[in-house]
Amino acid sequence: MNAMPHPVHAGPPHAATVVARTQESPGIFTLQLRLDDAAAQAAYRFAPGQFNMLYLYGVGEVPISIMSDPEERDVIGHTIRAQGRVTQGLAALQPGDTLGLRGPFGRGWPLQEMGGRDVVLVTGGLGCAPVVSVIHYVLRRRERFGKLVIIQGVKHAEDLIWREQYDRWAKLPDTQVLVAANEGAALWPWHVGRVTELFSLARFNPERAVAMMCGPEGMMRAAADSLLARGLPESHLYLSMERNMQCAVGRCGHCQFGGAFVCRDGPVFDWGQVKTLLAHRGY
Amino acid sequence: MTSLSDHAGFLPLAQLPSLVAQLMAHGYQCLGPALENDAIVMRELATADSLPRGLQAEQAPGRYRLTQDPQQRYFAWANGPQAIKPQAFAPQESLWRVERDAAGALTFAAVLPAVRPQAIIGVRACDLAALALQDAHFMRAGRRDAQYAQRREQLFLVAVQCAEPAATCFCASTGDGPTPTAGYDISLAELADGFITVAGSAKGAAVLQALALAPATPQQIETARQQGEAAAAAQTRTLPSHTLRDSLMSQLEHPRWDEVAARCLACGNCTAVCPTCFCHAELDEPALDGLSSEHGRIWDSCFGESHGHLHGFNVRPDIRSRYRQWLTHKLATWHDQFGRSGCVGCGRCIAWCPVGIDLTAEVAALTASEVPS
Repeated sequence: MNAMPHPVHAGPPHAATVVARTQESPGIFTLQLRLDDAAAQAAYRFAPGQFNMLYLYGVGEVPISIMSDPEERDVIGHTIRAQGRVTQGLAALQPGDTLGLRGPFGRGWPLQEMGGRDVVLVTGGLGCAPVVSVIHYVLRRRERFGKLVIIQGVKHAEDLIWREQYDRWAKLPDTQVLVAANEGAALWPWHVGRVTELFSLARFNPERAVAMMCGPEGMMRAAADSLLARGLPESHLYLSMERNMQCAVGRCGHCQFGGAFVCRDGPVFDWGQVKTLLAHRGY
Repeated sequence: MTSLSDHAGFLPLAQLPSLVAQLMAHGYQCLGPALENDAIVMRELATADSLPRGLQAEQAPGRYRLTQDPQQRYFAWANGPQAIKPQAFAPQESLWRVERDAAGALTFAAVLPAVRPQAIIGVRACDLAALALQDAHFMRAGRRDAQYAQRREQLFLVAVQCAEPAATCFCASTGDGPTPTAGYDISLAELADGFITVAGSAKGAAVLQALALAPATPQQIETARQQGEAAAAAQTRTLPSHTLRDSLMSQLEHPRWDEVAARCLACGNCTAVCPTCFCHAELDEPALDGLSSEHGRIWDSCFGESHGHLHGFNVRPDIRSRYRQWLTHKLATWHDQFGRSGCVGCGRCIAWCPVGIDLTAEVAALTASEVPS
């Protein structure tokens, strides 16, 4: 696993200010945040795959993946779907508004183990933000990695955010973009059907690849079956898990997955750690 | 391990109030057994001589009824619903507070509980074992929970040996009772004419020293030892002595989960009375004037619908998966987290279950035979 420094921020959040807000799709938006305490902002470090707890004044906190680049020191980016009480409130924030932020929490993607390898990224539904941070990470350090394969499945064609980025990525050398929508739309240039139908098209060397997945667990199970069948070693398959999280420091108990606290021992796990329980609905 | 025979003193029955008085003189607020809503709970003792005598409760699956101890002993009751968990892990408390000024700027500050030294008289061996597990969870090295630690460090624990286990008790099979062996400041064993006293800490030794007790005689110590053995032998319920981790985790699709789910009301009583359950929800309480908000926590239960809530769906949508989560966490995956089972054999989940689900019977059914999946 990626051994990141693991600060505990169980205490009050830092005050943070919205620097920029982007509407990515009708229900999805990105907030670029900066901690009000300049020293805290300068000292803030994270690994892609880690998350922050964002606090909406008077309402509560939500865990949100960090999608900005870890070497970006000026702002901390979060792409959020307006879904519940807190995220719908966060959606109303505008540049200059303040909120609370504590983090980063958990273990991120095994970026150190990716060096020199083909990188296969599989995402489903709206679980793309944690993986998009890895795409950006790889593209900015392209010479360090082998082939890059981006596999993305969505339910409806209009669920795909950052669509122009996928077009751009598809044109890059040694980069393959495979996108599928269960339900297509006019001018949808990619596959219509299940994302798992695209796995056989992915071009990578299983013996020297590392794969990272994020999204619905059923999709990840199917993706794992396919990748492992192609010869990817189990130890090079990683996934990001989601569970209810309230404290983010392994205390409140909601995110337990077997003996693991997803907030502390994850959210990124290697396949061997979770495969047994993932087969059982209700864990 | 401290045993009853190490430096044991003898406190004559009539002098029990002097122990309480000594604790009060040391500045402790003293809690002891009291009756509330027909159950034995821990409440502040008004005076040094206000410990009640003769309390007893008959317990069975889904049943808790007060009775009278014919011998009028102080500690002939096995346990009440509450354990001592609330004294360290408060049922509801603030964690931090935020103020918003006219310009919308937010200022955050931690909230720590105001606590005073507190002595609890009548702590059971199962409760001590449970407290050790709560300590392991909330005071892990490098990640201490500030609120828990603040309360916990003020506690002075006067344990008592259980001489009269309830029918729901099975601490002997979990290895946690009925005689306290660690984690107390003072331990008592109640005999007909007084108490054998043992100090378990420097604080406890200081309190006992001030009482200038005579040493316990070998006969008194032997009587207490036999009393503990008899209390262990009297227990009728058991959990298997081997680790249940693998046997339960290999039965995740056992039909018994459906069967127990049909009886379970998902009320969460078992988690509320369990002395080791640590789940809590976090919540915000904004002030009516809009100028501040308190962020706190409240005990939560894995039987509640919100426990497994995730944006747009529920990880554990049915009672089957919630009961299975509770039981397999308590008895199986707890080993991964804390190196032992999360059950200390107090039997509270059995007595306080409104439909009388018996954890030991469920385990027996789940592990009785391999069921083809």
